Amino acid sequence: MHAVNHNLDEKFNFTSSLKKKVFIVGIAGLLLMIAGIFTTSSGDHHGEESHEAVAEVVVQDQDQHGEDHALDAEDSPGEASHEAQPHGEFSWADRLKADLWINNMYFTGLAIIGVFFFAIQYVSQSGWSAGILRIPMAFGAWLPIAFVLMLIGYFWGGHEIFHWTHGYLYDKSSPLFDSIINGKAAFFFWPTEPSGDYPFPIFWFVRLVLFFALWYYMFVTMRKTALKEDIDPSTKYWHKLVKQGAVFLVIFAVTSSVSAWDWVLSIDTHWFSTMFGWYVFASWWVSGLAAITLIVCLLKGAGYLSVVNSNHLHDLGKFVFAFSIFWTYIWFSQFLLIYYANIPEETIYFIERMSSHQYAPFFYFNLIINFFFPFLFLMTRESKRHLAFLKIACIAVLAGHWIDFYLMITPGVLKENGTFGLMEIGSAMFFGAAFTFVALTSLAKYPLVPKNHPMLEESLHHHI
Amino acid sequence: MDTGKNYLVGIFSDEDDVMSGVPKIKEAGVKIEEVYTPYPVHGLEHVLGYSKSKLPMIAFFFGLTGTTLALVMQIGMMYWDWPMIIGGKDFLALPDFIPVTFELTVLLTAFGMVGTFFVTRNLKPWAKPKIFDIRSTDDKFAMAIDLAVNKKSVEEIRTILSEAGASEVNEKSFE
Repeated sequence: MHAVNHNLDEKFNFTSSLKKKVFIVGIAGLLLMIAGIFTTSSGDHHGEESHEAVAEVVVQDQDQHGEDHALDAEDSPGEASHEAQPHGEFSWADRLKADLWINNMYFTGLAIIGVFFFAIQYVSQSGWSAGILRIPMAFGAWLPIAFVLMLIGYFWGGHEIFHWTHGYLYDKSSPLFDSIINGKAAFFFWPTEPSGDYPFPIFWFVRLVLFFALWYYMFVTMRKTALKEDIDPSTKYWHKLVKQGAVFLVIFAVTSSVSAWDWVLSIDTHWFSTMFGWYVFASWWVSGLAAITLIVCLLKGAGYLSVVNSNHLHDLGKFVFAFSIFWTYIWFSQFLLIYYANIPEETIYFIERMSSHQYAPFFYFNLIINFFFPFLFLMTRESKRHLAFLKIACIAVLAGHWIDFYLMITPGVLKENGTFGLMEIGSAMFFGAAFTFVALTSLAKYPLVPKNHPMLEESLHHHI
Repeated sequence: MDTGKNYLVGIFSDEDDVMSGVPKIKEAGVKIEEVYTPYPVHGLEHVLGYSKSKLPMIAFFFGLTGTTLALVMQIGMMYWDWPMIIGGKDFLALPDFIPVTFELTVLLTAFGMVGTFFVTRNLKPWAKPKIFDIRSTDDKFAMAIDLAVNKKSVEEIRTILSEAGASEVNEKSFE
């Protein structure tokens, strides 16, 4: 066992040919997006489709809970305002904004899950993962870009993405006044009262800035400590990282939930779900694990990471397998209670998604690709120990959770006008290439293996 | 000579002695029936050349039985035999059936695996366990060698075991 010589100083070489490949994917994505924009803006039959869909939803709504007048009456101002919005017609720009927000949420998730994984390995004092820690650490480099994209998303597309940004909802003299959203105003606008056409959501915005600042600060702090360890072989950095990781986990426990409410749940402003923070976290976590596993597999396939053997792959595979089930558990917990209780204000969320011809295929596809596929595909021991199998499963999970975020965001932003086409595929490719480029550039800066990690020896002998 | 009656038991006092001794003993042509250790020894199953465990497959089929049973039961009761409207749902309200289906899948897998354990380990209430050396639950490693399946003489095996690192070699017979 000791005979194997590992090159612990090896660095990932982000070659120009690899860079070129990433760029080609990005440019192809951009071109697909532009092609998508042209086909969307030239098509004019969207209006008719939408009327049909509205009628469909309304009919089903009445079927389900026609008796409940009290609740319906309370719901109606909100419904009315949806239809009377000044921008009731949806253009390609709105769709682009929705796509931007999906990608923002998805790739912010991957980046922060990289930091989360890094932290949790130290806090749990894990030995097996010592050799792969630099890969999740590289993901954090996306955070500042994600922050800029979030700002662009808010300032450019905030009013189309978030219904609650409209001032008339809070104006009692307006016919579009919405008592439900008005009741939630403090969550966005505290300490001010919303006034004017487009009131500025101070509290919401402060949270956005604060979360990214905390995440990035913790990421940079932990990275600094980890890199000091490379120069100075001492266990004190490991102990320091355990503490820093614990601090980050406490921060992340709160911020992951609140960011899910802020950035995703608030799109469907009337609706609420106490599972939502966990739901977004579960989706982030499993797609982050799949991204880490995929990059480990690709590096291994390219001849890097001799410290990783099939036992480490097995553990990563188990992570993807287990947390696919975890995501399903959370998804189903949210779904079943709403289905069973059958309260109109809650079921509307699933009626929009399950009972509309635009989203229903994705709704079921979401479950198939994110649960049934990884569950059956990664069930056996051997499938978790082979690069080819793991790669297929990880790509499926990564694509599947993009669809998951599509289902969280697009129906709320575009209502019945949402479609899935070149723009969505192109934007995912474009963002994916950008994320890969940033993560790999960051990965290439430091040695691939933390050579002075006190548990590296344990990791080398990891055996399950 | 019947199998499972007369044994030679090699006692090892260290994990490393067992790990290095097993290949030597196998190479000398002695068939090892089983090694009893005070704690799980990593990699011993590979050295002994055990074939891949079938337990995951058995567990999977117990689980599948549970899933099928749960679905047949609930659909049979709620949809076919005595349709009932509960909470305004369809008779075949599949989401409602999932928690019960999940629980029965887990339950049957658990029961099935406990049963499998009892059967494969010969843990019947009337079964007499073969204890090769009581110290294998404390600090010694006991290697059981069935004399009936080995052609070599007792003396030959005794020498091979001692040379492979056994601290003592005892004879053991069962009724």
